[in-house]
Amino acid sequence: MTYEVPVAPGEKAEIEETTELSGESWPMWEVFVRAHRGISHVHIGSLHAPDVETALENARDVYTRRGEGVSVWVVPSTEVHAFEPDAAADYVEANEKVYRLATTYEIPEEVGQM
Amino acid sequence: MVVMSPEEQFQAIIDAEDKIEPPDWMPDGYRKTLIRQIAQHAHSEVIGMQPEANWITRAPTLYRKAILIAKVQDEAGHGLYLYSAAETLGVKRDEMQELLHQGKHKYSSIFNYPTLSWADMGTIGWLVDGAAITNQVMLTRGSYGPYARAMVRICKEESFHQRQGYEVLIRLCQGSPEQKAMAQDSINRWWWPALMMFGPHDSDSTHTEQSMKWKIKRVTNDDLRQQFVDMTVRQADYLGLELPDPDLRWNEERGHYDFGDIDWEEFWHVVKGNGPMNRERVAHKVKAWKDGAWVREAATAHAKKREARSAA
Repeated sequence: MTYEVPVAPGEKAEIEETTELSGESWPMWEVFVRAHRGISHVHIGSLHAPDVETALENARDVYTRRGEGVSVWVVPSTEVHAFEPDAAADYVEANEKVYRLATTYEIPEEVGQM
Repeated sequence: MVVMSPEEQFQAIIDAEDKIEPPDWMPDGYRKTLIRQIAQHAHSEVIGMQPEANWITRAPTLYRKAILIAKVQDEAGHGLYLYSAAETLGVKRDEMQELLHQGKHKYSSIFNYPTLSWADMGTIGWLVDGAAITNQVMLTRGSYGPYARAMVRICKEESFHQRQGYEVLIRLCQGSPEQKAMAQDSINRWWWPALMMFGPHDSDSTHTEQSMKWKIKRVTNDDLRQQFVDMTVRQADYLGLELPDPDLRWNEERGHYDFGDIDWEEFWHVVKGNGPMNRERVAHKVKAWKDGAWVREAATAHAKKREARSAA
């Protein structure tokens, strides 16, 4: 099947994206799940909830219904901080500093594994 | 170093089979196409709960009831993953939902058909979820990271949906002649709507070329439909059921099954809101949202009270 919305003849292809809301919207939470002991929590998705207890319960119900995890964290989405997209170029420079990589250095074969 | 324009950089990421992530620059058309599609996909999961919820109270055994509840719960979860993916593009879930309530957003037309018998629970799993998986497997390779990741989770769960549905039909087909007839009647009603789920012919599809270039879409409607028919014929044979298409036959030369013409008039009729269940589905969704208002308000009030108490 397709989830593209079929455009009927004479219909416009764009949809409305905003509208007036009557009620209050719940804040968003980012969900992190530890799949099993011994590994870190990994970001798995997000959800809306009015408070931290509900966020945790909903995260468990939505994201760990098939044994996907043994521990769940929820973090308010507004508490996740990141560089502005423009600063992304700074990551590229790191690739030029190959002397930081172990594979840059040739070790004579007779020395053995290092 | 060659300086690329933002648009060239964007396309280079896609051409390299890398993913576009939320903070990246993206053409407005890419963003809008994704919002339109992900919102419709999310709404489909949510509205898709209704035809099956219809049978929860009437499932033939406690075991089948438990399966159906689990499946409907999955659909709610799928809606949630998808609304979250759309929200990374700067739209709000509550607004998308409100637009659905206002009839300004669409969902897949397949959910505008009624579920008349228990066999429909089997057929929906087998054919409707089967058609959905055919598309969603492709979408896991889509270029927008949050959407593709949501698809990976959804595909794992959809596989359960399809297999439990097929099992429902196996049981019915191994049962009494009446049970088998019920299964056949169900296939007769769902086969063509299931094929319509793949959308208009490529020649009539408005955005195929651009969406393929942006890798929002990776296989065309007609190719996916063919892939689905080719897989399904064998599965119908095993059940001993007949797919209701006199033109369905193996084409040695093409290496595919040929099949009959889809009734596009019916397709557009339902898309435009005039299918058997369009009005009822949206009205039910709006009612459920309104009936639940007091729960949401109470939860908000509770959260505020606790916050005030811990601040004091």
